[in-house]
Amino acid sequence: MAIIEVDNLVKRYGDHLVLNGVSFTVEQGEIFGILGPNGAGKTTTVECIEGLRTPDSGTVEVCGLDPQRDTTQLPESLGAQLQESELPDKLTVGEAMELHASFYRAPADWRELIEVLNLTGKIGTQFRRLSGGQKQRLSIALALVGNPRVAVLDELTTGLDPQARRDTWDLIESIRDRGTTILMVTHFMEEAERLCDRIAVIDSGRVVALDTPAGLISAVDERQRIRFRPSAPLDHAVLAGLPEVHTVERSGVQLVVTGTGNLLHAVTSVLARHHVVAGDLRVEQTSLDDAFVALTGRSINS
Amino acid sequence: MSALYRLTVSETRLFFREPMSVFFVLAIPPALLVILGLVPSFGDPIEGLGGLRIIDLYTPIVVAMGITLFALTSLPQQFATYREKGILRRMRTTPVRPAAMLGAQLLLASILSVVTTVVVLAIARLGFDVGLPQQPLSYLAAYLLSALAMFAIGLLVASLSPTGKTAGAVGTVLLFPSLFFAGLWIPRDSMNDVLRTISDFTPLGASVQSLQDAAAGDWPQLLHVAVMLGWVIIAGGLAARYFRWE
Repeated sequence: MAIIEVDNLVKRYGDHLVLNGVSFTVEQGEIFGILGPNGAGKTTTVECIEGLRTPDSGTVEVCGLDPQRDTTQLPESLGAQLQESELPDKLTVGEAMELHASFYRAPADWRELIEVLNLTGKIGTQFRRLSGGQKQRLSIALALVGNPRVAVLDELTTGLDPQARRDTWDLIESIRDRGTTILMVTHFMEEAERLCDRIAVIDSGRVVALDTPAGLISAVDERQRIRFRPSAPLDHAVLAGLPEVHTVERSGVQLVVTGTGNLLHAVTSVLARHHVVAGDLRVEQTSLDDAFVALTGRSINS
Repeated sequence: MSALYRLTVSETRLFFREPMSVFFVLAIPPALLVILGLVPSFGDPIEGLGGLRIIDLYTPIVVAMGITLFALTSLPQQFATYREKGILRRMRTTPVRPAAMLGAQLLLASILSVVTTVVVLAIARLGFDVGLPQQPLSYLAAYLLSALAMFAIGLLVASLSPTGKTAGAVGTVLLFPSLFFAGLWIPRDSMNDVLRTISDFTPLGASVQSLQDAAAGDWPQLLHVAVMLGWVIIAGGLAARYFRWE
């Protein structure tokens, strides 16, 4: 059952077309990722879902509500964690949680929530004294304190160290296991690959692909890659002639062979026949990074 | 209503966690009145003022100052900072509208201004024998109009300033001429005609004269009421026009 339906969103800032017909649906209980480079329109998309921005055209429905019209009901069903949203410097964790819990009709037990988020020891600590990771966890706690059916998390782990990032991932999975549907924006491949059930890849205001991480990867063909250092010079044509091989390239002292099917077996058999030993042989798995490059024509960080 | 109440409580608690602003906004007006009251010659009646003393003239100035410190320093800086930090934006994602935060800030500023005023009037009455306002209703009306005009200007500063720091700086820059024309350095009765005419048209000049008239038992003059209302409408209208939650 779809909990979020986004249909053909268009948003323009002056001459700049930020969203150019974005559509997708998020199913209840899944972790849905929006992946894309900076400026692709990810944040604008979720802001339309949160009701913070009005699309020029297109429709959004969250739990059967219209974010533009049902501005008072929507926050009871949708919790939002915003990019760069702070709290007053001298407000303590406990005060922030208690205050925000009082805003909702049926709030979660905020003490239990901060225990889940490992902030119980910080209950009397002022916001300005929290670390980056603790601020992020508090921000998640505030997004969840209204007991929402959907939590929208925007660039949650940006600026966190690798350990804090992994801890946050575990946390997101446990939140989903508690029954909250999660819509998350990210530009970290590893994060999307590890967490998301499905991913919408957004580029230049358009959804260029929508699939599971494995589906996105397998849709990109000729993505097996073998690297090795040949023990003796080898004519590339010998390898290039194999039906499994698509490309053969030299990279320093190494050869890089890409292709499909039973590539490794085909290549090593040919090498054996020519009495060439493959040193430092490595088979590289296709990653979401590769899929992203294939879909958008560039790396996510460029 | 309950959200407004909770926010006001929370904002009040946060206000008292800033010792510098508590001192600046709450302690300065009473302290200033005490210092002025201790100047011996300020207790002597002045010829041509119908038996009024300098300290009588300064009491409404200090009351107006109590409102202004909140309106021009605390309120705009706080509100612009909340906008800058995305605190108001976050509120938009909760069932409580950010207007409640604005309401809480105004309520806090109003309550504490009234408290300052009561303290100032009590010190003036008990310490320096300044008569209590003889026209309480008229005094209340003058006070309310003054507060509305100054808060409207404070909100305009908050609306136009991109950051909390800018809002604080702009508010402080406006504070000194406002206090000057309120008569803090030269009481209005000692100003020359040009200065007093300018003062008549500033929000605090009009406010101080109205408070002084009400204290003496008269109703505020039409000119001053019109000036204060004008500031409420112009500053308030512009603040509403340029107001941004984020």
